Amino acid sequence: MQHNTLLEYKRYRYLKAALLLAGLASVAYLLQRPPTGAYGGTWLGYALGTASAVLVVLLLWLGVRKRQYLGPGTMQGWLSAHVYLGMSLVILATLHTGLQFGWNVHTLSYLLLLAVIGNGFYGLYAYLRFPRMMTENLGEDNLDSLLLKIADLDELARTNALQLPDEINQIVHKASRETRIGGGVIEQLAGRQPNCPTSEAVRKLHYLGKNLKGAQPKLHRELYSIMLRREALVARARKDIMLKARLEFWLYWHIPLSIGLLVTLIAHVTAIFFYW
Amino acid sequence: MITEHFKIAIIGSGPSGLSAAAHAAELGISHILLEAEQHPANTITKYQKGKLVMAEPNALPLRSPMSFAVGTREKVLETWIDELQQYHVNLRLGAQVASITGGLGAFSITLASGQALKAEYIVLAIGLQGNIRKLGVSGEDLPGVQYQLDDPDEFEDETIVVVGGGDTGIENALALMKKNQVILINRQEGFINCKERNYTQLKAALKQGEIECRLDTGVENVELAENEQFPLKFVARTQQGIERIGCHRVIARLGADPPRQLLESFGVRFPSDDPASVPQLSASYESNVPGLYIVGALAGYPLIKQAMNQGYEAVDHILGRPVEPADEILLREKFSRCQELGTVAESLAKIRQNVPLLSPLSNLQLRDFLLESNVLAPREGEIVFRRNDYSTTFFCIVAGSVEACIHDDAKPNFKLKAGDFFGDMALISGRRRAGTIRAGKDCLLIETPRHYMLKLIDSLESVRRMIDEVALKRAVRVYIGLSLSESDLNYLVHDAKVRHYAAGDVLFYEGAKPDGLYLIQRGSVTISRMIGGKEVVLSYVSAGNYVGEMALVSGQPRFGTVRAAVSIEAIHLNCDRVAEVMARNPDIRNEMHERYLTHMQDEHIGATLQSGNDAGNLISFLVRQGIGEATDVLLIDESLCTRCNNCEKACADTHDGTSRLDRKSGPTFDQIRVPSSCRHCEHPHCMKDCPPDAIRRSVNGEVFINDTCIGCGNCVANCPYDVIQLASIEVHRKRPSLWQWLILGVGTEPGTKGDLSDKATTKLAVKCDMCKDLAAGPACVRSCPTGAAIRVGPEEFLDYAVWHNNKIA
Repeated sequence: MQHNTLLEYKRYRYLKAALLLAGLASVAYLLQRPPTGAYGGTWLGYALGTASAVLVVLLLWLGVRKRQYLGPGTMQGWLSAHVYLGMSLVILATLHTGLQFGWNVHTLSYLLLLAVIGNGFYGLYAYLRFPRMMTENLGEDNLDSLLLKIADLDELARTNALQLPDEINQIVHKASRETRIGGGVIEQLAGRQPNCPTSEAVRKLHYLGKNLKGAQPKLHRELYSIMLRREALVARARKDIMLKARLEFWLYWHIPLSIGLLVTLIAHVTAIFFYW
Repeated sequence: MITEHFKIAIIGSGPSGLSAAAHAAELGISHILLEAEQHPANTITKYQKGKLVMAEPNALPLRSPMSFAVGTREKVLETWIDELQQYHVNLRLGAQVASITGGLGAFSITLASGQALKAEYIVLAIGLQGNIRKLGVSGEDLPGVQYQLDDPDEFEDETIVVVGGGDTGIENALALMKKNQVILINRQEGFINCKERNYTQLKAALKQGEIECRLDTGVENVELAENEQFPLKFVARTQQGIERIGCHRVIARLGADPPRQLLESFGVRFPSDDPASVPQLSASYESNVPGLYIVGALAGYPLIKQAMNQGYEAVDHILGRPVEPADEILLREKFSRCQELGTVAESLAKIRQNVPLLSPLSNLQLRDFLLESNVLAPREGEIVFRRNDYSTTFFCIVAGSVEACIHDDAKPNFKLKAGDFFGDMALISGRRRAGTIRAGKDCLLIETPRHYMLKLIDSLESVRRMIDEVALKRAVRVYIGLSLSESDLNYLVHDAKVRHYAAGDVLFYEGAKPDGLYLIQRGSVTISRMIGGKEVVLSYVSAGNYVGEMALVSGQPRFGTVRAAVSIEAIHLNCDRVAEVMARNPDIRNEMHERYLTHMQDEHIGATLQSGNDAGNLISFLVRQGIGEATDVLLIDESLCTRCNNCEKACADTHDGTSRLDRKSGPTFDQIRVPSSCRHCEHPHCMKDCPPDAIRRSVNGEVFINDTCIGCGNCVANCPYDVIQLASIEVHRKRPSLWQWLILGVGTEPGTKGDLSDKATTKLAVKCDMCKDLAAGPACVRSCPTGAAIRVGPEEFLDYAVWHNNKIA
């Protein structure tokens, strides 16, 4: 029993299928010399178009199969096929167009297809790369435990700062109040907050350690260490949210674009019947 | 005043009294049921609110017009009160008996109110609870000192001293700890008299600091503490001296004794001076006073069902109706399939005579044993079980014979005859069957469930000894040398010993002088070596294999340290004897040599992989997660897992809307997570204390909970891996429709929990069943889009770890 990635699934079964499909299509395209020139209306054009349309429906079906938990085959097999057959679609659909483009619903459909596949490539990259980074970033923790630790440190820092000058106290309070973990879409995807109050506090504390009296220097050193730890925890929490966002964000484009593609594809096919 | 006259007077309206009265009522016999309190079944009324009342022994049929089944205290009482009216039982409440005089046919009963009754017969069913043991020190009756607990939720933010280390005391303490500070006082230095479940829960509560405990501690007295934070002061006598504990309440649960003085005043004699001893009775429950019958707890039968049957039977005895044991009809039914056994009495005698293993059982025990078992008469050549089946029942041969085929079903390795038993290896190891058993001519078998067999082994030393002896020899023969002659085998096992080790114990250390061969009968071990100054696990050996052969073959000191991964049982064979037998048997020598080379190879691979991997290694991580007792475990490769939760959704969708796995919890090592999901242990902890015996193991090894679950939560408490939960199960739930949700946006998404709040639901225990009813296999694994979730069995752990390490490298 082993763990295999979705690309390696069943010794690259669907890579082989996709290569075969794209290879056959390419050879047929190169051998064929239609008098009208290559376009979607030749017999090969129709064949490639039909194959591509069937593939698009099959690829869209992944969304259905994913929720049919008793459905046929394994989800890994389906996703592996989705990825490789989706890639082969770039070649099949391009050959189908015969490189005839214009300002019309047909070309729009083709462009949407490329957009969905391009977006899918990013998704594949994200799926293969980010999960490992997420585990490495969190270690034995999870997001909730990080937030709890940050809250604990806050309490420590505030108690500590009470006995230090107002300026320091204010910095600490600001860091605790205004540091955002998560935030809007942009901040989530970027994994950082512009002018992060916690980092600012660390920076400023460095210079505010002079002219302290009595027990204050010791408290200040402790506070600095607390804020350093807080900064690191905040960074880890943000990184977790960032990776999760990046892992999911592309899907918010992938699915609407696919639905758009389906709509234009229906328009494209319907229009073809009118040409006939 | 006219004195009322009855045929039978039943004193006490507990389970046995109710049953006797209802039986008399249904027969139309003049009777009266006297109850001192203002409600019937006082003892059960005083049970803790919501307490689950058990209906053990399970196999014993109930013989009473009153019904009784497992249920909450409230449900049981409600049913009884309804049925009392239904049968028109002549119940008199508030009727405490002050004296009984006269004799058979003309008893006079005087009540505390002064009223007098006449009765021909008396059934005394007053139980023990009228004579609860008190603290026996000054202050035992102060307000706030109580000897029962009805509703634990009644108390909040109090400091409560609970006295008593038995089940009731522990149950009270556990129920009270949620809202109060509880101090548990136990006279003994441990908790030896309680159920395992209570002990486990108590241990956890003590560890969490939810209950404070004083062991080896007596009671000095209880004082009122005026003008202080606490109204009471409990003065305890600890080993360190006197301790004064301020508290709001003292709850003492010290058990009860037979009300001896009262009984003796009725003329009843006791066999000894021991306060716990019960009166001497005839086989028909009649005491030394003719016409005075005693039933229930006072007769020494504390279980409700037994007591109810006795009440019924006592009435039959009084009326001179024939009484046969309650289980007779069931046994007759069991034996009816094998005509040659004869009547029940003849069958029992024949079984006792033919099967030496069962001869030490008392008549009652043998009946109980047979009630739990099946009697089988397989045709000649029929397979009883196959190699690698996961069945765990135990078989005794009453007549005929069977053949055992270890490696090849066509080649029987040995024959077993009447009086022998089999199935002991799977019983001990908890693993798959080691061989196939085929029935011979005129074969008659008794098949007994695992849980019952374990109970028997636990309670009867002679049964344990007999099974151990045979099992040991058999294990040595099957795992080491099928070709061994009987004399060599006997020579080998002559001074063999079964040794028990707790998890983490060492069987032998690296570099030590070899002391023999260890055959792992149960559990699993790890083999480790010191590499670069630290102990590194190289290999993992599961039950049914042996360790220690490397040093025997090579003649060198021990190659590695062998440590128990979980609590194990191993047969230790003497070094010299093994060497001698090896010298005489080239086959055995060759096989051991081969095993040596394989071990060498495994460990060499293990060792090379360890270099550079400072964090420890995957095998020892997995062993720490309890893989050592698993038969199948879900592993998630976090470097592939996109956290999409499709595994949980698939689990929920295929299992009534509740996921039985928690992807996010569970520790991770080297990107491999062991999520909270059942490992289908070799000896499932969850099976230990399941009242309806609802947790079963299928032939393929899946441990699952069947429909008879009553939601008691014992398994949840017993599972060390926290993978069983009590969930609201919607009966007749319809799976959400995908298309309705996808296209119309109506209903819930498949795989998500629906809103259960307004539907009638019951809470039952749920756990992973490895989707045993789905031909395609576990839904979680099949639904993982990236292949991050896989299931691994113990035979594959080592290969998996080696493969994983190679990938990392």
